[in-house]
Amino acid sequence: MNKKKSIMDAVIIGAGVTGCSIARSLSRYDLDILVLEKEEDVCSGTSKANSAIIHAGFDAETGTLKAKLNVKGAKMLPRLSRELDFPYKQNGSMVLCFRREDEPGLKALYERGIANGVEGLTLMSGDEARKLEPALSKEVTMAMLASTAGIVCPFQMTAAFAENAAANGARFRFLTEVIRIEKADHSLYKVTFRDASGNEEEVDTRTVVNAAGLYSDVCHNMVSEDKLEVIPRRGEYLILDKTAGSLVSHTIFQLPSALGKGVLVTPTVHGNLLIGPNAEDVGSAEETNITAKGLAEIRSTALLSVPSVPYGQTITGFAGLRAHTKRGDFILGEPADAKGFFDAAGVESPGLSASPALGDYLARRIVNYLRKSGLSKAVHKDRKEIVTRRRGFIHAGELPADKRDALIRKDPDFGVIICRCENISAGEIKDAIRRTPGAVSMDGIKRRVRQGMGRCQAGFCTPAAMAILARELGIPEEEVCKNRPGSELLMKEE
Amino acid sequence: MSANNLPIEKHELVIVGGGPAGLAAAASARESGVRDILIIERDSQPGGILNQCIHNGFGLHTFGEELTGPEYAARYIRRVQEENIPCRLGTIVTDISRDRRITCISREGVSLIDAGAVILAMGCRERPRGALSIPGYRPAGIYTAGTAQRLMNIEGKKIGKEVVILGSGDIGLIMARRMTLEGAHVSAVAELMSYSGGLKRNIVQCLQDYGIPLLLSHTVTNIHGRDHIEGVTIQEVDEHRSPIPGTEKYYPCDTLLLSCGLLPENELSRAAGITMNRVTGGPDVDESLSTDIPGVFACGNVLHVHDLVDYVSEEAARAGRSAARFLSSGQDLEKDTAAVVLKAEGGVRYTVPQYIHPSGMDDKLTVRFRVDNNYRDRYVSVYFGSERISRQKKRVLAPGEMEQVVLTKEKLLSYPDTKEITIKLED
Repeated sequence: MNKKKSIMDAVIIGAGVTGCSIARSLSRYDLDILVLEKEEDVCSGTSKANSAIIHAGFDAETGTLKAKLNVKGAKMLPRLSRELDFPYKQNGSMVLCFRREDEPGLKALYERGIANGVEGLTLMSGDEARKLEPALSKEVTMAMLASTAGIVCPFQMTAAFAENAAANGARFRFLTEVIRIEKADHSLYKVTFRDASGNEEEVDTRTVVNAAGLYSDVCHNMVSEDKLEVIPRRGEYLILDKTAGSLVSHTIFQLPSALGKGVLVTPTVHGNLLIGPNAEDVGSAEETNITAKGLAEIRSTALLSVPSVPYGQTITGFAGLRAHTKRGDFILGEPADAKGFFDAAGVESPGLSASPALGDYLARRIVNYLRKSGLSKAVHKDRKEIVTRRRGFIHAGELPADKRDALIRKDPDFGVIICRCENISAGEIKDAIRRTPGAVSMDGIKRRVRQGMGRCQAGFCTPAAMAILARELGIPEEEVCKNRPGSELLMKEE
Repeated sequence: MSANNLPIEKHELVIVGGGPAGLAAAASARESGVRDILIIERDSQPGGILNQCIHNGFGLHTFGEELTGPEYAARYIRRVQEENIPCRLGTIVTDISRDRRITCISREGVSLIDAGAVILAMGCRERPRGALSIPGYRPAGIYTAGTAQRLMNIEGKKIGKEVVILGSGDIGLIMARRMTLEGAHVSAVAELMSYSGGLKRNIVQCLQDYGIPLLLSHTVTNIHGRDHIEGVTIQEVDEHRSPIPGTEKYYPCDTLLLSCGLLPENELSRAAGITMNRVTGGPDVDESLSTDIPGVFACGNVLHVHDLVDYVSEEAARAGRSAARFLSSGQDLEKDTAAVVLKAEGGVRYTVPQYIHPSGMDDKLTVRFRVDNNYRDRYVSVYFGSERISRQKKRVLAPGEMEQVVLTKEKLLSYPDTKEITIKLED
């Protein structure tokens, strides 16, 4: 292929689950794709800190993109999780109602679900719900079961999308913050970004995809007069030890209120228990701090659903920010005054659930644009050339003893346990780092293979994991970061 | 061969953990005649956490001299080596079954071992930041005190210059001094409780001698800095441990060390189905330090968190002797009498052991316990049923210091109807 390397077909801004899904869908066409991410790794914003669930799709108003893409995305998940080998479980969800007078609201939710095309919805009495979930409160009068809802590992799902996109030719550049987007000529955009060493670089591209999450307003407003404002909406969570993970088997919601879907209690796909979130609009897209007030709120609200949540087994708390906009729905596609610029903005809940469908949806539009405007043929590659499968992260601890033994004999690093709580070996950490795109920070390793994710929260394994990362990246340990530059774990020698 | 075609080794006694407890248990089991002993240690060298404790103060009771951690460990390592007791390094036990089959993993692969007896000596770990739910960000620069100790003393790394320590456990106190000696400035040690969980001597030698303030009834209520920690807010707490509004004070720092308690590391014990004690976080044991799985014993910090390694060694030696006795008799001979239950009351938080078979006792049995607060001029009383059979005046009792009473077999046998022994504090 003798193409001019300097012109891209698509520059995707943001390597969260949305950007990576779009990159994956687009990479099935013969296009030059570049993903720019301002953090050091994929899945570093909203995608990394959320409820980690695949909604069935009954929440969003019928006819909205949120509703359509959620339902479609949820239907894609079972097969996609097998092809791309990331953890997903269709555990089903329940929405609880605690007062007779709220039951019409629950029934309305049921009707909306049916209208949205959600399958597997059942209304049941409080007693029937408690039969399925014995830990539920006695106060529950009625519940809706949604059997198609699921739980997923958002980190591994995003990494899977990214790796699959990369396998099909998409390129990723990290620590690259877009600072300008200009029309270069009628058919090209010039995207200027600051690279990892602080230098400004430019890239010409036929299309720009704005998947910048909490910063999607900033990118949108660089090209369009129809201004957009993202309001970071913080949600705080608590993660409990795996010993508490089987308290409930379904994802337990409360009947939604004006501020959101309420506080949920859910097992995670890795077997922990997750409580949260609250919803609080905050002033900046960096306010990922947890607060005493927020934690108190989710603790007490969760107890309404499940009175026996053992908070003594909390292993950590975290906060995530949702990219809320006043427009309500996802903002997908071209603003009227910026042809060739595709927004994937305002992607708040159910963004994770919708992401696979959203990627396909936008990719089709982008390809149509390229074809119609004659900018590119965007040829769908011959089926055989497309990499459709990805090997998931190895988790040696889940293998039967003889298979694990064979793996260790092939690569002895799989016999060197670094993280005792999650049973993660040096081999798995190496695997996380050697992927494309691979982990370059401690958080990057943690999200891919769960080293440090367990009950001791990296107390024991930090020094060893840090040493492996430094060795693999060929840097001194003093340069190893928790996440982005500035988060070095050690002091430099003076 | 096992069900999954892996060969099965056999050993008389397998000791899980090659720290101070495991090493002392091995030496004592050999002294008591056990020939085939295997120590399994996950680190690349034996000695456990002592290897990173380069300060002195170890061994006063055992050796009558003050040794550093590595020196103390070296004495036991030498004994184990002289006895040719194999220590399999870089090997981690991932499972222990009720019938004492051990699965372990190393660079060589997965091994299965059938053990005649097992001694659990896995030690403990530190309570992490997440479990404390401290509000604020999750930046770099927050370490448990033990992790910081390892980075500095084993890996030779520097972690920070301006330090705040939350929690006054012994490792936190030791690290306050250590970081000061390395040129860092430790601005405060904040302790949620109204008393320190550390040893008195550490408070004096590690804080007072260096002018480091110990803020009792204070805690960290906010962590500042998104990428790397920039400071913390410390607040005074009331008697319900709730922060008092208006007492906020900002401490700039580049390092926050946590020393907020140690937790016995009992994942293997729990998975094996051993009955655990809610207060100690370790298994319930009898006078022989046997758990409720026959032939599985526990000692050291996996059983309950100790203040002095000397007591760990002493306790581990008892576990070694008990395992030897179990192996030679082929069963728990002492279990032919009903167990007497030990109860902790009135300021006593727990006892180890939790129950006693009088016939299986040595002539004397040391029962260890901790108290739940600072006390002055109290009696430690021992009741057999409702009858007080001894009391001992203590001038000072503190949660950080382990206490003990000694029971004699003779006395207990002279009260054959005793079903309960209560240890409590009295005025």
